[in-house]
Amino acid sequence: MKTYDSIQHVRGESKFVDDLFNPEGLLYGYVYYSSIAHGKIVSINLKKALKYAGVRGVFTAEDIPGENQIGGIVPDEVLLAGSKVDFIGQPIALVVADTKLAAKSASKLIDCKIEEYPAVFDPRIACEKGELIIPPRIFSLGDVNNAWSQCEYIVEGKTETGGQEHLYIETQGAVAIPVEGGGIKIYSSTQNPTAVQKVSARILNVPMHKIEVDVPRLGGGFGGKEDQATAWAALAALAASKLQRPVKIILPRQEDMRLTGKRNPYSSDFKIGLNKEGMILAYEVTFYQNAGAAADLSPAILDRTLFHCTNSYYIPNVKATAYSCRTNLLPNTAFRGFGGPQGMFVIESAINRAAEVMGISAHEIQRKNLLKEGDEFPYGQRTEHCRAIRCFEEAEQRYDFKMRKNYVEQFNQENKLVKKGITVMPVCFGISFTTTFMNQASALVHVYTDGSVRISTAAVEMGQGVNAKISVIASKVFSIDISRIKIDSTNTTRIANTSPTAASKGADLNGYAAMKACELILERLKKTACNELKFDDPKKVEIREEHIFYDGNRTPLTWNKLIQAAYLRRVSLSAHAHHATTDIYFDKEKAKGKPFAYHVYGTAIIEATVDCLRGTYKIDSVKVVHDFGSSLHSVVDRGQAEGAIVQGIGWMTIEEVMFDGKGKLMTDALSTYKVPDIQSAPKDMEVHFLEDAANPFGPFNSKAIGEPPLMYGIGAFFAIRNAMKAFRPERQFDFVAPITNERVLLTLYPAERFSGMKPDLAIDDVKTPAALVY
Amino acid sequence: MKKKITFICNDENISIEINPALTVLDYLRDNKRLTGTKEGCREGDCGACTVIVGRLNGKRIVYQTINSCLLPIADLNGKHLVSIEGLNLDGLNIIQEQMVDEGGTQCGFCTPGFIISMTNYFINHSEYDPEKAALALDGNICRCTGYLGIRRAIQNVIAYLNSIPRKNSNQTDFLMKAQILPEYFSSIPKRLKTLSKEIQYDKPTEKKIKPRYVVSGGTDLFVQKWESLLESNVRFISGNEALKEIRKEGNTIFIGGAVTISEFENSPLIRKHLPEVTKYLNLFGSQPIRNRATIAGNIVNASPIADMTNILLALSANLNLTTNKKKRSLPLNEFYLGYKTLNKKEKEIIENISIEIPSKEHYFNYERISRRTYLDIASVNTAALIKSDGKRIIDISISAGGVAPIPLYLKSTCNFFKGKEINSDLVDEAAHYALSEISPISDARGSAEYKSLLLKQLLKAHFIKLFPQLIEVEVLV
Ligand SMILES: Cc1cc2nc3c(=O)[nH]c(=O)nc-3n(C[C@H](O)[C@H](O)[C@H](O)COP(=O)(O)OP(=O)(O)OC[C@H]3O[C@@H](n4cnc5c(N)ncnc54)[C@H](O)[C@@H]3O)c2cc1C
Ligand code: FES
Ligand code: FES
Repeated sequence: MKTYDSIQHVRGESKFVDDLFNPEGLLYGYVYYSSIAHGKIVSINLKKALKYAGVRGVFTAEDIPGENQIGGIVPDEVLLAGSKVDFIGQPIALVVADTKLAAKSASKLIDCKIEEYPAVFDPRIACEKGELIIPPRIFSLGDVNNAWSQCEYIVEGKTETGGQEHLYIETQGAVAIPVEGGGIKIYSSTQNPTAVQKVSARILNVPMHKIEVDVPRLGGGFGGKEDQATAWAALAALAASKLQRPVKIILPRQEDMRLTGKRNPYSSDFKIGLNKEGMILAYEVTFYQNAGAAADLSPAILDRTLFHCTNSYYIPNVKATAYSCRTNLLPNTAFRGFGGPQGMFVIESAINRAAEVMGISAHEIQRKNLLKEGDEFPYGQRTEHCRAIRCFEEAEQRYDFKMRKNYVEQFNQENKLVKKGITVMPVCFGISFTTTFMNQASALVHVYTDGSVRISTAAVEMGQGVNAKISVIASKVFSIDISRIKIDSTNTTRIANTSPTAASKGADLNGYAAMKACELILERLKKTACNELKFDDPKKVEIREEHIFYDGNRTPLTWNKLIQAAYLRRVSLSAHAHHATTDIYFDKEKAKGKPFAYHVYGTAIIEATVDCLRGTYKIDSVKVVHDFGSSLHSVVDRGQAEGAIVQGIGWMTIEEVMFDGKGKLMTDALSTYKVPDIQSAPKDMEVHFLEDAANPFGPFNSKAIGEPPLMYGIGAFFAIRNAMKAFRPERQFDFVAPITNERVLLTLYPAERFSGMKPDLAIDDVKTPAALVY
Repeated sequence: MKKKITFICNDENISIEINPALTVLDYLRDNKRLTGTKEGCREGDCGACTVIVGRLNGKRIVYQTINSCLLPIADLNGKHLVSIEGLNLDGLNIIQEQMVDEGGTQCGFCTPGFIISMTNYFINHSEYDPEKAALALDGNICRCTGYLGIRRAIQNVIAYLNSIPRKNSNQTDFLMKAQILPEYFSSIPKRLKTLSKEIQYDKPTEKKIKPRYVVSGGTDLFVQKWESLLESNVRFISGNEALKEIRKEGNTIFIGGAVTISEFENSPLIRKHLPEVTKYLNLFGSQPIRNRATIAGNIVNASPIADMTNILLALSANLNLTTNKKKRSLPLNEFYLGYKTLNKKEKEIIENISIEIPSKEHYFNYERISRRTYLDIASVNTAALIKSDGKRIIDISISAGGVAPIPLYLKSTCNFFKGKEINSDLVDEAAHYALSEISPISDARGSAEYKSLLLKQLLKAHFIKLFPQLIEVEVLV
């Protein structure tokens, strides 16, 4: 099924924000930002920058006519720092000039004096100091305190997961164009057009109706453009409004990396209790989330960590505590999985540690504790149409897990320097925004007199194929060829009050809204058909592949003729519809409710090979059975699964966000922050669509797909770790991700650290230049 | 500072007065408003900006992929520039169609770059291998698809092309017949020939204003200082045929000062006499980077971790420098005085690099570990050239990159090894010993601790690989 977007993509004809057009008088903005992690702004001198050739204006906090506030969940983040800076990369000024180059060069002439304060980067230290974004959150089920006494094994440990750079290939950007009456039209690369509209209106002190936001499409988002696209659009709007000229801001890659938040790193403690048989009886976990300097979406991310702290397992006694810790780093933000992966990593670590202590395989514990129908999650919801065991068992059989495991064991006996590891990774992920009110969307459908259809929804197309899926839905409702359907850009004047395209919910919510709008038109068309054909029961009218049937018989009417007839009969060929997920709720105080419309299940089997001499590794294969529901578009769904898995593997393995001791990002370019390439991504990947898996809660029985498969990537960590264990069976390994080459080698050869190295060559004393640049 | 540049952009003959340091990426996007070529990083690391550049070679055109973000428009003189727009036919071609059908595109931002690289693979091969085709995409990053869809697309395109009967037509004609290349490609050789008559190339001797920069492949300079290049007087030497030669005199090979990694890798002379060396070169940058990056540039850029430099150190290469007035030679290992400080006068350029061809008794190995295997700068690298009778070390030279302010020749370690019998204990001892010669620092490519350990491991790896029968691995791990 070829869809409009992908056809444009392969021809290089898709227009992204930077491609759209260059309106007359276009100016370019460059963001000047803090190079100090925490401090007081003593003075800002713009004189020299303003005099630089081609500069049209330099704007600071003082120039903001409205409220200098961009925080979404918590109002704790300014657009431009005026008095105080809280992280390196915090915007202080916007330089606007005739060319990109002039804007950038002029920014170097800004003289900003900052008095440095002590800074905190470690979430545990921030927590100790009481630097919390929101009060601690606790989810509990049963009673852990009573349960420990029944446990044969109680195992404790600590885990760390690192950040992750979104690395959408299209960097952040926006173009703002002044329009009449003090309004601004903004083209933005955002997952959240309404946030851009709302914040820009707040910054400019105008009503929202004066701001129009249009999103053509995104060159990747992954959560990184949910909250963090807003600032650049608002800055462009500010400058456009001040100068009454169009202003474009496209962040160069290095600035994009330095100025935008990433996946939240977590540091966590676990305690897990099991009985002799390996049933998990109790689980206590404490999460320290590194939120960075502002709330951004971290509170909601924190909640999802708690929602998924038991992954795909039923545990009768759970206590999960989570702290969102304020540090002097970039405000971290949404990233595919939204806290879920961070939570799941800890339970998987706990199971692996328990297995080591018990002398059994983690697989045995995983298998015994999978969710069954009707089991209760720590947040009170019970499983419905639970497919955890089905997916797990089908993966074991389909991919012959036993045989693979034997093969790995045999390989390890035969090879000294190279070892293999295998692991199973089940996933259960809840679908819905956990903030209930956000589960709404609307759609606007126009049928034109030639029979072509144009649809607007709240969904932003960013590669996840939401346009393709909505086209499929509309073509199914109308039973017309998909080529008749065009999905429009996302625009706040056509669709108001949009929820962000996030939480894997884009196609569900907007698909339903589009379905409803199409159905409204279809009802009218059925009546029209009756009028045309002189029949009386619209219920008996049906469209089958563009032909109109009545009571099962084909009539002379076709889609085109019917549309013409409707128009001539003055029947409305447009409809707007709203959809809200019913039957979900969540009591934040009690931390109980039914927050999810449904859950997605699946299991992956992952194999890895480690070169134990050099500390390098390869992910050999990923074999998955995944519950897609009844897939709306198999090419899109398969692609989402494959892409998410590779992204998850990247997070666990080679992707490492590093800061220096001053809080400066060290990995601020593609040359130092590495994401999987075609060679490192596993070649041998199979994704099997679980059969007979209709989902009554999704459009045409489909299921959401964006996020859940990312968490299969967690298996890569344990596969590598298992291979390492085969090389050093006597050693205890920690649970620190990403498991980079460096970490592998230093773990395999800990005794060798510094041996043979002269004492004066220890890290701190090295007297070579600090910046070895390439 | 403007210069006249004459070339063909897709199907259009172009002759313009323009800043020669303007990147082709900016030219396409800003001047031509051809926006299918994307900017994703401006440092050669994402491939969203990949274009194909063809140059006349006799009657044929040789096409290569290049990162347009690092390519000065000066180097388009007399060339054929192909962007994604220049590949489009009325409908989708088979590569485009398969990318759509197999889910090889999602957000689409990386996609034109992938299509460009895939097309170039098919232009340059008449027998297809899916693995090699995937290697041709080593310069392209996709954050969405996980690459599986792209691999499936490649396979399907290969199956399709193999199903078309082909007569003895050349590959370009064949691809036109297969509706992969537009018809206008057949007119390019003639048009380029005509164009090339109009072009005036710089003659280095005629330069009156002293250039601030000498740009060769530009893969270092355009990453580090593209803004400054736009505002400076620049001398471009990559088109200088005199510096392009690879030749053999007696037992010595001379590699010209503008020879690229690709030219070196594919040179029959090099393949014959230094086969062990070429084996590792696909780990250098990416295909489009290797098409531009020069060996001399690698040496002069003086990065301590530079791959070719460390290989050449182990091969005891000599540099032959010239100022047009004066020539001199010096061993590469005397070229580096400190971090990015060279034993080189400002005006000197590397005319060529000479290497003695190793004998049958020489064993060569190269080890290089990076966070990601392909298109990533190494954390530590080391090359070893060992002369041995199969038991003893007669002579040895080992380099170590990423562990000192300069590409390091491990002089004392080599002395330590010399004359000794090869066994596990010796290697273990020497690997420890090497640590006294190095001074790594912690950076994004690894902690000092890791780099020390890694070098030790890699020194062991040289011997495990070259003399497996003499080494007991248990002793070494
Ligand atoms: C994405 C990417 C990946 C890379 N990967 C690798 C890698 O894996 N391994 C690696 O080693 N390097 C890598 N590099 C670095 C770079 O490609 C090499 O250093 C390359 O060899 C430089 O050659 P050039 O011709 O492009 O140099 P240029 O940028 O043109 O010049 C570099 C310096 O050399 C000088 N110079 C060039 N030629 C001469 C000459 N004949 N005489 C005197 N001076 C001269 C220039 O004046 C300049 O100072 C990578 C670069 C990029 C952008
Ligand atoms: S823009 Fe990324 S390689 Fe050129
Ligand atoms: S399709 Fe989005 S980066 Fe490749």
